[in-house]
Amino acid sequence: MYVYNLVDQSLVNQRVQQFRDQVRRRLSGELNEEEFKPLRLMNGLYLQLHAYMLRVAIPYGTLSSKQMRALAHIAVRYDKGYGHFTTRQNLQFNWPKLKETPDILADLADVQMHAFQTSGNCIRNVTADQYAGVAVEEIADPRITAEVVRQWSTLHPEFSFLPRKFKIAVTGSKRDRAAVRVHDIGLIIKINEAGEMGYEVIVGGGLGRTPIVGVTIREFLPQQCLLSYLESILRIYNQIGRRDNIYKARIKIVIHELGAKEFTRRVEKEWKTIRDTAIDLPVGEYERIRAFFAPLPYQSLPKNDAGFSHLKFENQDFSHWVRGNTLPHRQSGYSIANISLKPIGGIPGDASAKQMEVVADLAEKFSFGEIRVAHEQNLVLPHVKQTDLYSIWNTLKEHNLATPNLGLISDIIACPGMDYCSLATARSIPLAQDISNRFSNLRRQNDIGELSVNISGCINACGHHHVGHIGLLGVDRKGEEYYQVTIGGSADENASIGEIIGPAIPYDEVVDAIERVVETYVDLRAKNESFIDAYRRVGKQPFKENLYVTN
Amino acid sequence: MSLIKNNIIIRDSWNHLDDDTPLSAEGKVIVSLKRWQSERKLLMERQEPLGIRLKSAEGAEMISDDLAHFDLIALEFPIFKDGRSYSTARMLRERYHYKGELRAVGEVLRDQLQFMLRCGFDAFEYAGKTIPEEAISAFVEMDKFYQTVGDWGRT
Repeated sequence: MYVYNLVDQSLVNQRVQQFRDQVRRRLSGELNEEEFKPLRLMNGLYLQLHAYMLRVAIPYGTLSSKQMRALAHIAVRYDKGYGHFTTRQNLQFNWPKLKETPDILADLADVQMHAFQTSGNCIRNVTADQYAGVAVEEIADPRITAEVVRQWSTLHPEFSFLPRKFKIAVTGSKRDRAAVRVHDIGLIIKINEAGEMGYEVIVGGGLGRTPIVGVTIREFLPQQCLLSYLESILRIYNQIGRRDNIYKARIKIVIHELGAKEFTRRVEKEWKTIRDTAIDLPVGEYERIRAFFAPLPYQSLPKNDAGFSHLKFENQDFSHWVRGNTLPHRQSGYSIANISLKPIGGIPGDASAKQMEVVADLAEKFSFGEIRVAHEQNLVLPHVKQTDLYSIWNTLKEHNLATPNLGLISDIIACPGMDYCSLATARSIPLAQDISNRFSNLRRQNDIGELSVNISGCINACGHHHVGHIGLLGVDRKGEEYYQVTIGGSADENASIGEIIGPAIPYDEVVDAIERVVETYVDLRAKNESFIDAYRRVGKQPFKENLYVTN
Repeated sequence: MSLIKNNIIIRDSWNHLDDDTPLSAEGKVIVSLKRWQSERKLLMERQEPLGIRLKSAEGAEMISDDLAHFDLIALEFPIFKDGRSYSTARMLRERYHYKGELRAVGEVLRDQLQFMLRCGFDAFEYAGKTIPEEAISAFVEMDKFYQTVGDWGRT
């Protein structure tokens, strides 16, 4: 993992001091709420329905045990004993007191963490594949790039007052787990024929009110040119992005209005003038950062351990969990263990302080002290010996962390919705809980197979409903909660935006409707055909016909 | 409004001239881009220092060929959230090597000062509510940064 040097640490410390003074000025009335707003937002502090909310940055979803323990400590000391992992691999505390937020940031700084740019019209916390460095099919580790982007984007003097928020995601794998095609900028690491590392640069994807899959504006950008190219994109956007209408202020609208070709021409032209300036990092800096992500001191182990196989044979529940929630690791004899934060009937992404501590302990004992956060709101122990899985599973089970539902219908992505968020027009959490309860039978879930249900409580789409195989968008109809149903979305390498399949339905009828959609799929699927593949084969019509049938 | 330059409050010797006010023979004036474009000849014949003021939508390239005529360029922040002038400032300094006074005008508040400084501004028409002496401390709140910017030969 990346470890702060003196520059990193003093920057974070100074920022805490600066924010402490900003809070003091707000509390004394020297700053009014409007003036304070952009300052607090750039430190991750929102004002929600009932309280402030602090969104802590977990850059590219990578956490150490020590950091996880610090989050648990903050949850207990300053909040109500839990936190909520988000679709941007961050953690939200829902009940901090304004006057204590500088102390929280100071506690975070002690463990090399911060809440920089987790909100506001700036470059947001960068995200990456949660299996970085461990996925079998990975081409190159995205964390080096993500850390470079994190540093470059932190307190960037030119790009801290953009027309709108700006999100960057990186993947180094052919399987896209970072949803790079629905980000303002998505970077896919590639190796060219000469063996050099670079990026496919995708721009203008996004969800929200105008969901759209991004376009590739450059097939191969040499790695050492990354920052000058990013600056070029951001500079064009900063200058011509719309500032008259917040719903048209994202970079996707610039590309829509200008056309991808003209946008690309302008970026390339700008890049020509700055590519040989001091913006780009020297190769040595990439190497310095790369050293932090060197392969860990793994043991040489056989591919399959007899004892492990025996335990799976003996214990069906364990076997289900292994099959559902673990994946092969690059290193022989190791696994990637996913920890579901979606217990049946639970709140997606929530973790109690106790659960955080349990995960921190497990990581320390069994996973080189490393934890990842997935954008699907689950956790990952990235480097676990097969022979330790049984013991890990037992501990997880004790703490309701072993639901074997990764990628299944109850592994629901949901925003906080109207239970917390002041923007929401409908609830997300109770609906997620209802759906999860309806499909609580794991045998049934496994029979249904891979199926993502994503729920957003408003048009801002924090629950990524557009890219759920089934998406639910909460809308307000004269004070009643209704949900628009989309089908066929996908956030992976074949990214697609879900299609709306008809009029919105009231809250009380949603779970039945989802069940009819699922049954429609079960009835029409070919052998081994997943929900999304079946939908792509037959289209929305059969789903639509059954969705609105009521008994 | 107070003018901050080189970390101190100074008396402003410049006048912002609006487009309808007749041009007098003497005095340091700051004119709009529109006025520069329409009265260019007249302004060049004056033997007084000249400043130009760009709105946030008016980019550096609109005056890049004329920089030798200006002793001061004022860039507007109509509202603190409008960040276009940060880009303009960097381009003037880094691309066009403008060395004269670069002044931030409009809604120039305390917590934006350091961003502005780093983009190449060296004069600030401070519009915040606090006493400007206090706002000056914003320039030194942080001294560690990741980006290579503002490389414009500040002396």
